[in-house]
Amino acid sequence: MNVDAIIESMPLYFNGVLTTIKLLATALLVGLVFALPLGILRASPNLWIARPVWCFTYVIRGTPMLVQLFLVYYGLAQFEWMRESALWPWFRSAWFCAALAFAINTCAYTTEMLAGSIKATNAGELEAARSMGMSRATVLRRILLPSALRRALPAYSNEAIMMLHGTSLASIVTLMDLTGAAREMNSRFYLPFEAFLTAGAFYLALTFVLVSAFHLVEKRFLSHLRAR
Amino acid sequence: MDMKNMDMKNMDMTAMDMTTTLKLNVQNLHKRYAANEVLKGVSLEAHAGDVISVIGSSGSGKSTMLRCINLLEQPNQGTIALNGETLELIADRDGSLKARDAKQLQRMRAKLAMVFQHFNLWAHMTALENVIEAPIHVLGMSKDEAISRAERYLERVGVSHRAAMYPAHLSGGEQQRVAIARALAMEPEVMLFDEPTSALDPELVGEVLKVMRDLAAEGRTMVVVTHEMGFAREVSNRVIFLHKGLIEESGDPREVLVNPQSDRLRQFLSGSLK
Repeated sequence: MNVDAIIESMPLYFNGVLTTIKLLATALLVGLVFALPLGILRASPNLWIARPVWCFTYVIRGTPMLVQLFLVYYGLAQFEWMRESALWPWFRSAWFCAALAFAINTCAYTTEMLAGSIKATNAGELEAARSMGMSRATVLRRILLPSALRRALPAYSNEAIMMLHGTSLASIVTLMDLTGAAREMNSRFYLPFEAFLTAGAFYLALTFVLVSAFHLVEKRFLSHLRAR
Repeated sequence: MDMKNMDMKNMDMTAMDMTTTLKLNVQNLHKRYAANEVLKGVSLEAHAGDVISVIGSSGSGKSTMLRCINLLEQPNQGTIALNGETLELIADRDGSLKARDAKQLQRMRAKLAMVFQHFNLWAHMTALENVIEAPIHVLGMSKDEAISRAERYLERVGVSHRAAMYPAHLSGGEQQRVAIARALAMEPEVMLFDEPTSALDPELVGEVLKVMRDLAAEGRTMVVVTHEMGFAREVSNRVIFLHKGLIEESGDPREVLVNPQSDRLRQFLSGSLK
């Protein structure tokens, strides 16, 4: 075990951690913001509304994230209209493409999660809300979403951890995230075991932080489901 | 029901309202599920202070009738008026009736607080939060005002010591009393009870019935779908016996329950008065 090489590579890993966190936070945030309305539409009893959303989640959940990333980063660049469009400065950036692909991916999973949670809401609670004169918007805002979002929390914490590990794909499109840092160290020292073991340790630490954070949030928002 | 008919009913209503205090006037309710007609023309009038017990075997349509009054179920025919204001109904796609104006329905529902068999408390809110929710977000009350009102009603039904607890951590009887406090906090014109004690363990029924007795004694207008013959006999001033979607008998409980005219009511009572 070459500890000196690991210590020498630490700045590389610290930068990598930052990139990984930024990618993860961006993907989760953007994904969640879009998943919320999509989840509501997906849970609609009206098939004309629910079906298009289902198509989106079906396609995204049915294909690997790496393929999605390649399509966004390499695939779109193939077209001249894309290279000449105003969006090109964005789409030629590996960081933007990775964040976009990850956001779309987590959005699809989160949408299904929220829709399931919304549909599983106790019909009696919604009836009680309507029977007291609440409008549809008030029922949604005050009863349905607070209840459904809370119940989706445990599943969502899994999704966040899966996404953290998923961000390692970013290293394939040249980004220097944690895995990218490990690949860089490996190419400098040719110590693949040390390089990827260190990356693994960092991922483990990040996972621990995520799990602890979600644990706190669940404690705060799911106390009504705890046994006494 | 055509428009002309509805207008006449409207006029009737205002005329009656001036002479008596008719709170709730439900006329000729029909409700069908596909080919199965559950309500075949049921009418109910509740004056201020009336406590009306609706009894009948399961499947007689009594819960459906109650749920049609605040449109949790959409009737196929009938009129509903509260305090002389007729709920405007139009045909929905499936042929049942829905409110023409959602705002009017919301306004009327806020005055027709309902208590459910399965409590239906909002599980992610504490007892207190359950009680202040609608006063704040439906009646537009300030939070402070709603809290002091909620504390008063939680005290009133004897669960103020449970205010900070979540429904899942309360007994069935406590949950139902919180639900009653939640309904009371709307200060409704009429309270609708849908088998409020049917989901309770036998030893918890008493505490809920006692609260309901007290409310009746206060002069609140209540329509109670119930299996509690004791409550129907002692607390209500009118009892309605529903059978197969029609009112078979109705009147003073001391007459109707003691001296039933129809065979069906006799049969029903002999089954439930043991």
